Amino acid sequence: MACTCGGHNEALFAQLDKVIEQHKDQRGSLISVLHKAQGIFGYLPEEVQAYIAEKMDIPLSEIYGVVTFYALFTMNKKGKYTFNVCLGTACYVKGSGKLLEKLQEELGIGVGETTEDGMFSIECCRCVGACGLAPVITINDKVHGHLVPEDIPALIAEIKAAEQMN
Amino acid sequence: MSKIASFEELKALQEAERAKICVRDGQAPTPANLAKHHVLICAGTGCSSSNSMEVKEALEKQLAEAGLNSEIDVVKTGCFGFCSLGPIMVIYPEGTFYHHVKVDDVPEIIETHLKGGQLVERLLYDIPGQDKKATDMSHIPFFQKQNRIALRNCGTIDPEKIEEAIAHNAYQGLGRALTTMTPEEVIAEVEKSGIRGRGGAGFPTGKKWKFAAGYQSEEKYVVVNADEGDPGAFMDRSVLEGDPHSILEAMAIGGYAIGAHHGFIYIRAEYPIAVHRLEIAIAQAREAGLLGDNIMGTGFSFDVDIRLGAGAFVCGEETALLTSVEGKRGEPRPRPPFPAEKGLWGVPTFVNNVETLANIPVIFTKGGDWFSSIGTAGSKGTKVFAMAGKVNNIGLVEVPMGTTLREMIYDIGGGIPNGKAFKAAQTGGPSGGCLPASALDTEIDFDTLVAAGSMMGSGGLIVLDETTCMVDIAKFYLEFTQDESCGKCPPCRIGTKRMLEILDKITRGEGTMEDIDNLETLARTISSSALCALGQTAPNPILATLKFFRDEYEAHIVDKRCPAGVCKKLLRYEIDPAKCKGCTACARNCPVGAIEGTVREPHRIDTTKCIKCGTCIEKCRFGAISRA
Ligand SMILES: Cc1cc2nc3c(=O)[nH]c(=O)nc-3n(C[C@H](O)[C@H](O)[C@H](O)COP(=O)(O)O)c2cc1C
Ligand code: SF4
Ligand code: SF4
Ligand code: SF4
Ligand code: FES
Ligand code: FES
Repeated sequence: MACTCGGHNEALFAQLDKVIEQHKDQRGSLISVLHKAQGIFGYLPEEVQAYIAEKMDIPLSEIYGVVTFYALFTMNKKGKYTFNVCLGTACYVKGSGKLLEKLQEELGIGVGETTEDGMFSIECCRCVGACGLAPVITINDKVHGHLVPEDIPALIAEIKAAEQMN
Repeated sequence: MSKIASFEELKALQEAERAKICVRDGQAPTPANLAKHHVLICAGTGCSSSNSMEVKEALEKQLAEAGLNSEIDVVKTGCFGFCSLGPIMVIYPEGTFYHHVKVDDVPEIIETHLKGGQLVERLLYDIPGQDKKATDMSHIPFFQKQNRIALRNCGTIDPEKIEEAIAHNAYQGLGRALTTMTPEEVIAEVEKSGIRGRGGAGFPTGKKWKFAAGYQSEEKYVVVNADEGDPGAFMDRSVLEGDPHSILEAMAIGGYAIGAHHGFIYIRAEYPIAVHRLEIAIAQAREAGLLGDNIMGTGFSFDVDIRLGAGAFVCGEETALLTSVEGKRGEPRPRPPFPAEKGLWGVPTFVNNVETLANIPVIFTKGGDWFSSIGTAGSKGTKVFAMAGKVNNIGLVEVPMGTTLREMIYDIGGGIPNGKAFKAAQTGGPSGGCLPASALDTEIDFDTLVAAGSMMGSGGLIVLDETTCMVDIAKFYLEFTQDESCGKCPPCRIGTKRMLEILDKITRGEGTMEDIDNLETLARTISSSALCALGQTAPNPILATLKFFRDEYEAHIVDKRCPAGVCKKLLRYEIDPAKCKGCTACARNCPVGAIEGTVREPHRIDTTKCIKCGTCIEKCRFGAISRA
């Protein structure tokens, strides 16, 4: 679950300070900063946006406008493993819609949602450039290609097994 | 690498570096590098995701153990284009092409090929219909009709080593431009080549540069559009991953031509490997004095920065892209003023696509006349197509403009899998249209595609077969544009939604013939009143499918039937009692228990329970189940 204990947060905000410092003098660097902030926190909650607004001297409303405009920025905390189903054309005509159905069925969540244990999220994207392997799903940026719906349970089981080992 | 102080020095370096990798040209090793074999392994996104880098590591480790690492160079390269066969390995000087190479294959490759001088037969490519294997990459039909200009270095060099790029003539075009040509002459050369933009609109590049050069300003910018938004196109990614220096070189040439000293590459964040390689390339080019102050001692300075996109298709549109580079919401603005006059931060700017720029250096080494000798009257050079969908050979294909769809799909693409029939080729992505079988012999270029009711777009080529429903495909693209509409202007925001609702209704079997008229009216209104090309072209997939496949729309509306068997609401599964052997396979596999029957008796499907998943059809070995 979300850890909001002070110590943890402070370390993350210290990292964010460094990022802001690096980009302060670059024109138009807000999107780069937001990318890095999302890398640090996993998502962009209001608290982080407000912090960036103050440090970079940009109105919060402008930052909020940018965050909500771009699909890659999220204000919701994602699961430890994000399944990103490619719905680009090459994948779609090869049946990625069926992969998405199966995945939703197996995890019991919809697109943009996270399982209650905080383990899995489902997202959709349009083309990760691996069309040669269509249809593809990425799991935390690792591409899995040439999938059929029957592969989905094994993908999930593999992660669960690896988690139990830890 | 120390700074290269002059063009002469670069030329000398090119020769010295080429000698180190001449084995890849099929030649004997030279004293500069005595390695007898160069083993090239694809490190593109496709092959990397099927573990090509693990293969590379295993090979390096086992070669070191066998004491062979000085005799054999292992090189990671960009995409070979034949991504569906990945991981791909090519061994020089022989030119042997191995595919689907796994870590377990490494010992045999070392023993049999690298030590024993024999080919590993089972990893060779089977030439379709010839009952023989390709012993040499050049025997593979997929590569034979291609002419790789934009992709010239993808799959021949290590993209993370500037020395290898230099060996393959990187920065020679820039050197020639800076030392022998005025900015006006540079622009004239680009105009002479006849090159038109590969990003979608096909605007003449020379003209675009001339406009930007014509406006006086202290500050100007060169911007590269690497947003590659068409879902299903990946040529720009491959160029950036396989040959990033070609883009840096072209940017500097363009900067010299218009009087800019700074450039930005706007790249989608979904391409982490490409971003990484660009960062390396920029650092290496600066160190070598090929970017930065006083390039090659000519007094010209130019530097480059990267900006990441964040998942908004509309940011591929040039005015939206520029506002996004400025760090804002990427909403388009009306043109004029064009970026050439008021671009990034309000100063003269040109925006070019990655593939367009990948061609520029060659125009300066081989000449504009050479370039314009390739292609058709109105479209010069080659075009890279990302061929995907229902075609055997999926990958990147670079062919001269004027190549026919038939050559691309059948000769290069190897035809349609599973003996299915060709139905249509979709080009131009969400702004484009589709071409039916009657257009297979059209010579493809910017103008013929438009005349045929589609467009080039960025070069996505999605092959559709008889199992694709054209109404569903139109709906797929509308969902995309509706989702990606930035919402700034109502015709696009509301109009795409209306059109999508109508298409949805038709695929549910609730459409009327009036809906077709409504679609056409809406399409005309949106095309003529939307602010940017996203909205203006959004109706194209509907108009094109209506033009060529109106009968499919009518089947959905009048007969309540989806001829391709895709639209679920319209499907009915039935068991033919005469064919059913009562084997129970279907009943055991139906996820909702919709099939009833006793062993060795004909089974029945309860259509009220059936969720139309299609499992039973796949399980029946007697062909007793039909879908209509
Ligand atoms: C909605 C929309 C999306 C676009 N996406 C891209 C893209 O991803 N890449 C690209 O190069 N051009 C894209 N374009 C075209 C650009 O606006 C622009 O014409 C192009 O980058 C100019 O470069 P070129 O002359 O080299 O083709 C898009 C246009 C529109 C309207
Ligand atoms: S046409 Fe669509 S994408 Fe373009 S500005 Fe209007 S709403 Fe935005
Ligand atoms: S289509 Fe699926 S749900 Fe319907 S009968 Fe066949 S297996 Fe059962
Ligand atoms: S699988 Fe085919 S043959 Fe067997 S019971 Fe079902 S319909 Fe009949
Ligand atoms: S369409 Fe899925 S990777 Fe390109
Ligand atoms: S990614 Fe390896 S051939 Fe394309």
